[in-house]
Amino acid sequence: MPGAPRLSLDALTRRFRDKVAVDALSLEIGTGELVALMGASGSGKTTTLRMVAGYEPPDSGRVWLEGVDITNRAPRVRGFGMVFQHYALFPHMTVGENVAFGLEARGVAKADRASRAAAALANVGLAGASPRAIQSLSGGEQQRVALARALVIEPPVLLLDEPLSNLDPNLRRTTRNELRAMLRRLGLTALFVTHDQEDAFAVADRVALMDSGKLLQVGAPEELHDNPASRAVADFIGRATFVPGAYDGRTVTVHVAGTATTLAARAPSSLGQAREVLAVLRPDALAFAPDGSGWAGVVTDRRFAGAQLVYRVRVDDAIEVELQSTNRDVREGDRVAVRVVREPVPVVAV
Amino acid sequence: MKRDARGSWLLAAPVLALLLWCVVYPNVTIIAGSFGHGLGYWREFAHSPSDREALVTTLEVAFGSVIAATAVGLPLAFLLSRIEFRGRRFLQAVATLPAALPPLVGVIAFLFLYGESGVVTRAVQRGLGLSEPPWRLTGVWAIIFVHAYTMYVYVFLFVSAGLERLDATLDEAAAGLGASTPFRLRRVTLPLVTPALAGSMLLVFMSALGSFSAPYIFGGGLRVLSTQIVASKLNGAMGMAYAETTVLAITAVAALVLLRWFERRRTYALTGKGSTTRIALRGGIARVAPLLAAALVFVLILPHAMIVLVAFARDGAWTTQVLPPHYTLENFTRLTTDPRLWIPVRNSFWMAVLATVANIIVCFVAAYLIARRRFRGRGLLQLLVVLPWAIPATAIAIGLASTFDRNAPAELRILLVGTFWILPLAYFVRGIPLVTSAVEGSLRQMDPSLEDAARGLGASWWLAMRRVVIPAARPGIAAGATLAGITAVGEFVASIVLYTHANRPISMEILAQLRNLSFGTAAAYSVLLILLVLIISIAARMLGGRPERVETIPTA
Repeated sequence: MPGAPRLSLDALTRRFRDKVAVDALSLEIGTGELVALMGASGSGKTTTLRMVAGYEPPDSGRVWLEGVDITNRAPRVRGFGMVFQHYALFPHMTVGENVAFGLEARGVAKADRASRAAAALANVGLAGASPRAIQSLSGGEQQRVALARALVIEPPVLLLDEPLSNLDPNLRRTTRNELRAMLRRLGLTALFVTHDQEDAFAVADRVALMDSGKLLQVGAPEELHDNPASRAVADFIGRATFVPGAYDGRTVTVHVAGTATTLAARAPSSLGQAREVLAVLRPDALAFAPDGSGWAGVVTDRRFAGAQLVYRVRVDDAIEVELQSTNRDVREGDRVAVRVVREPVPVVAV
Repeated sequence: MKRDARGSWLLAAPVLALLLWCVVYPNVTIIAGSFGHGLGYWREFAHSPSDREALVTTLEVAFGSVIAATAVGLPLAFLLSRIEFRGRRFLQAVATLPAALPPLVGVIAFLFLYGESGVVTRAVQRGLGLSEPPWRLTGVWAIIFVHAYTMYVYVFLFVSAGLERLDATLDEAAAGLGASTPFRLRRVTLPLVTPALAGSMLLVFMSALGSFSAPYIFGGGLRVLSTQIVASKLNGAMGMAYAETTVLAITAVAALVLLRWFERRRTYALTGKGSTTRIALRGGIARVAPLLAAALVFVLILPHAMIVLVAFARDGAWTTQVLPPHYTLENFTRLTTDPRLWIPVRNSFWMAVLATVANIIVCFVAAYLIARRRFRGRGLLQLLVVLPWAIPATAIAIGLASTFDRNAPAELRILLVGTFWILPLAYFVRGIPLVTSAVEGSLRQMDPSLEDAARGLGASWWLAMRRVVIPAARPGIAAGATLAGITAVGEFVASIVLYTHANRPISMEILAQLRNLSFGTAAAYSVLLILLVLIISIAARMLGGRPERVETIPTA
């Protein structure tokens, strides 16, 4: 983590009637770090973001900004620029007035406001858009205006609520790359909420995965993918087949169609001394074995996915694995052999 | 959406013909009548000091009412939708009570409360030991006072609705960017509710412009256009009445055009995540707020309570006391046992039923055509259905009176004046905009592809209508019919011009009893009227379901 924590959340808890939306969540974000808060809808990620921004008071827990407790500060005093999911652009103001709004609220002189707003717009690639009406903007442009409006007040931490979810898929891909490049270039610290792991992986340095108000795991994208802390994490991140096996501290032995296979294993520290585990077989860790070695099986499904094909292969009465391959010649119903080509494989508690 | 144009026309032609005949034709008659002596009547109008006075006073009343209604309605809307305290929702409901009072009844209630011998007036006089009443309820100020009470509801409802519709994240975004509460109010919230506010202010302006009851009862020697028109007609000066009516109607239609312009600018139909943020009161203010709210409720309910109280007061016994001294049920027993006194109740009920049924049939077709079809003449239809809303009731009545005063089939005139049918016709005309806009609202909420889906599944036009379109329109029909029925049952302004003794409605009987100084009987009629209004509302609610129910599954 680069530098000392800029923002730190300390056991934040929020209940709605009898439901715990956020459950004792703690998280630290370093200066210049980009952190994604990821989870399914209803996992509590937006509530967490709103508690950071000050829109939602926590029932317990504290929010610290550069060592100062800001838990009881009003949103306008915290001054985190926030980019809302639907952007929340003021419909009765021009693009320039929207971007300058935070400066106007701070009593910045008009001329200064205009030049700083213009600079912020240029930063997001919308130079010269100041006089335009909000209604004339495309979805992608609205998103960038919302970003410029938040950036112009130079927030200590930029908060983004599903910033990419309202864009169509192609625009979304280019926008997320631009977003990361820009946040990096400006050296910003940002916390953003998303339900989409591609967004999270593409933009964030670290991803905090949430479920039912709890933090499941925090780490770099590769870490979450290659070393999941639990079955839930492995399930959420990427695709996986779970195969029961016996773990001895270094290797995992799985039984497929009566054959025992021993694989190098990597376990999360939380696993402890467990013997009964689940091996996490990712589609990219499996391959067809042309020499017929490995597990024999029947192809049950074949799906075209661009550069690669995704096959499902039944290797056992109870086990169907998914694998990626560039081989286009295999058909549904073919008898094939499958083997693990990348070790160690992650193991998680049953 | 290209549809069978001939089918649309088959539906539209009779509706357009009917509207041209009973909405446009009478107004044309008025305008033509005003030029009956060339420019003679107009010259007379321009040189008549009383007409000039009436015009100036009408405008004073209209502008004064807008200011007063806004001063009450705007802060109240903000308080009740932005601040959370106990009893807030109850108060929100109570705040619309003045709208449920038929205009004449409201005016009478004010007379009982704040008139020279009213309860509040006498209480203040006694309390301060004055020999004279502390105020007189006459003149422009009295009219504006009554209007503030009855018309602030428009401002309150429009602005409240605007605030509810407001995307809460806009306010949050502004706060997150460092804006203080007053700054957000000034730069974000107020500009966004401005279209709603402007619309409601124009509505107040139009209502005050055509208001008749308050000037008629409190005006004293004061002249406004609506009372001046009725006076001219009673004096047989029909040419002057036409000129005066034309001026009043044109002013009102100009306001309508302005209103439509504002409505077109109301483009901020935004929705988003985030709940409406209400400021929760803490400490001392939190304890005072419910008390203030209770006081407000008291003031708002006072007119209703006063009517009920006087309805139980013995006629003739209430002279110089603060409150009526003797109470009795005889006002009500007399009303129900004396057939002569029961006739107006029966009349009002049946005339309202007739008018409303006609409204439902005609306005449903009109609303369907406006909301779901594209055809030449649609713009004209839209204009014709709002016209009776802009034109003051006095003008509508004068128009009908001068058009249907003789049998002349070649001129498309039939004799209705002096018959039973003239009042239901007037009520029908006044109900057209209310029912049409309510049904149109419901039909616009319906997913347009539902009707196409029904037709695609093999349903005939009539089956699709009966099983898909009409059920979707039901909440609108119920809401519109309620409004039209309530307006008709308590109607006073057109009635005073058109009624005959045989079909006199409740409102005319109330007026007669007041003139007779039989306050108890007048109040008993008023209570009956309020009960009728209640019954209509409840019946409509039971028949049509909740008016605000959304009939289509929301997508995205």
